[in-house]
Amino acid sequence: MSGTRGNKPAVRTGELLFLVLFVLFAVFLLSQAPDQVKWFKRTKWSSQPALWSMIGVGSMVLFGGLHLATRFRRDKWREELGESLVWLRSLEFAGWFMMYVFLVPVIGYLPMTLILAPVLTYRVGYRSKGMLWASVGAGLVIVLVFKSFLQVKIPGAMLYEYLPGSLRSFMILYL
Amino acid sequence: MENLIGGIEILWRLDVLAALLIGSIGGVIIGAIPGVGAAVAIAILLPATFSMEPIVGLTMLLGIYGSSMYGGAIPAILINTPGTAVNALTTYDGYPMTKRGEGRRALSLAYSASFYGGVFSVLCLIFLAPVLAWIAPMFGSREIFLAALLGIILVITAHRGQVLAAGMMAGLGIFIMTVGLEPIKYSRRFTFDQSWLAGGLNLIVVVLGLFAISQALLLLVERDTAPEAKPVKGGLFQGMFELFRHKRVATASGGFGVIMGMIPGVGEFTAQFMSYTYAQRSSKKPEAFGKGSTEGLVASETANNAVPGAAMIPLLALGIPGEALTAMMLSVFYVHGVIPGPKLFEHQMDFVIALYIALLVLNVLVVVFLMFSTNWLLKIIQIPTRFLGVIILILAFVGVYSLRNSATDCALAAGFGVLGFVLKRLNLPIVPIILGMVLGEIMEIKLRTSMARVKTPFDFIDRPIAFFLFCVILLVLANFFWTQWKSYKSRKDSDTCLTKPSSTSFAGRMYRRRNSSLMARGSKDQDKP
Repeated sequence: MSGTRGNKPAVRTGELLFLVLFVLFAVFLLSQAPDQVKWFKRTKWSSQPALWSMIGVGSMVLFGGLHLATRFRRDKWREELGESLVWLRSLEFAGWFMMYVFLVPVIGYLPMTLILAPVLTYRVGYRSKGMLWASVGAGLVIVLVFKSFLQVKIPGAMLYEYLPGSLRSFMILYL
Repeated sequence: MENLIGGIEILWRLDVLAALLIGSIGGVIIGAIPGVGAAVAIAILLPATFSMEPIVGLTMLLGIYGSSMYGGAIPAILINTPGTAVNALTTYDGYPMTKRGEGRRALSLAYSASFYGGVFSVLCLIFLAPVLAWIAPMFGSREIFLAALLGIILVITAHRGQVLAAGMMAGLGIFIMTVGLEPIKYSRRFTFDQSWLAGGLNLIVVVLGLFAISQALLLLVERDTAPEAKPVKGGLFQGMFELFRHKRVATASGGFGVIMGMIPGVGEFTAQFMSYTYAQRSSKKPEAFGKGSTEGLVASETANNAVPGAAMIPLLALGIPGEALTAMMLSVFYVHGVIPGPKLFEHQMDFVIALYIALLVLNVLVVVFLMFSTNWLLKIIQIPTRFLGVIILILAFVGVYSLRNSATDCALAAGFGVLGFVLKRLNLPIVPIILGMVLGEIMEIKLRTSMARVKTPFDFIDRPIAFFLFCVILLVLANFFWTQWKSYKSRKDSDTCLTKPSSTSFAGRMYRRRNSSLMARGSKDQDKP
């Protein structure tokens, strides 16, 4: 993942690409500053709302730019793009997470967790019944601990509305 | 004495004791699982404590915070994989001991050293409490601003070799803190006319994304591993007696842990490094370090366990966190309506003492738990990493969604999760982002209030503590630039050496070899003709 050249610092594959993107983002923020923050007249510099935004963005541009300058290599771009594919793979699981977020208010916390845990376990490569049942068990324990015991704020699902009276209240409150 | 009794009264409740027990044991388990760590656990559990009473929620999370490093020593010693990042140095001597059949002895010694470090730091805290109570009220807005500024400078400069990266991440943290509606002039900052950005970016959402979701993504994407470890046979009490033989190393390491823990941005790694170096230099067998030295193991484990207690000093006395975990603990305090800072020491000393006692009790609970449950914990260590990723992802949902039942929060957390994943892959620092957010907010508020009474720049440092902090900032910066200059010069010299003709280069090598052999024979020999 890393390589050194002479006395220059080791650069991890992907770091250049990340730094370029980071500095571009920081420069974009800096270019938007006139529209996005206000400098008030007859207000002390220390009380200007824009001050700390500009310190933050300024530090991003300054430190990011210097860091990029110390790590810049012209011949590593193909490897950099290879690492970016690994980053894209993480987006798939972020997508699974967001699907879970959108489906819990519809299907319910317990049912959705009991569906997601084994499906995701299967997706990441586990095929044995033991692992799939372990994932179901872990999902059940998580729901019982957090929703039933610790009473975290996760609202009841739309599907729970179709359940008979007392069961519906129980499901909304505890599962 | 009154405060001590008041502190015991606060803790002497069934729900508080249960929370402490659950937190302590939970922390050990979480610390023992490589790839989870206290940061992930606190981030996930924080929203779950909202509905609890402040002292109950705080003691539970404090339990996790103070006990995770104990658990982290188990995989470090038995399978050469540190449970938490700060146990990395434990692998140097712990694992070689396991390889030569002394796993039980190593574990026992690590538990005892951790216990000693933990108790040592809490006792230091208790003895320092009256001093802190005396000094803390002297901290006004400008002193707290300067202390926060010093904290962020130390956080950046402590990232040796990655100072620029740490600087840009701290800048990102400060920027993230400013997004949204500003509360004094009610002007919008970098909201791009998006209503969901008007409320700003919640610290807990960012923390959950950067620590919990990113860790889940990392475990899910990278190669699956399921470490194996052989069970440990026999009792684990002998370490207490063996530690007595290393009391000098243990006490010095505890001292390093306490001092380094108190300085924001320095933390466990520097404490361990200094303790380990001291132990090696003062040892009769320095050659055994890294090959299974008991002194090395004691130095590493004592130092890292002395830090959490000491790190509570700037947090409680000034409201300034020194690293990511204390930054999270600060948000835990805020959520539960406890505002750390000088006033806490003035008006709620019994509460502070209660927290100290909780830290002391958790060390006892943890060491007793570990004496009897190590083999059981070994089974938990063996959970395959991708399966662990699935579980963390599901748990992260509870953490984010239960905050405000907001899909936007979840999307933001997922976004920060991907950012954290990329940063972890690239080995770039994440902690400065969190500290930039927390310390940036403190600096913004305190600068605004302190400048109201300042007419000339010198007025800002006309009080003794403000002047002292200002001088420390200058010293830290001067030291940093001096170190950088020295390292640049040595690099340049070695470059010059490489580009010289081969005869000169050969002469240089011979000169260095002569010097090193003279050094090996002792300095007296160098004076001889």
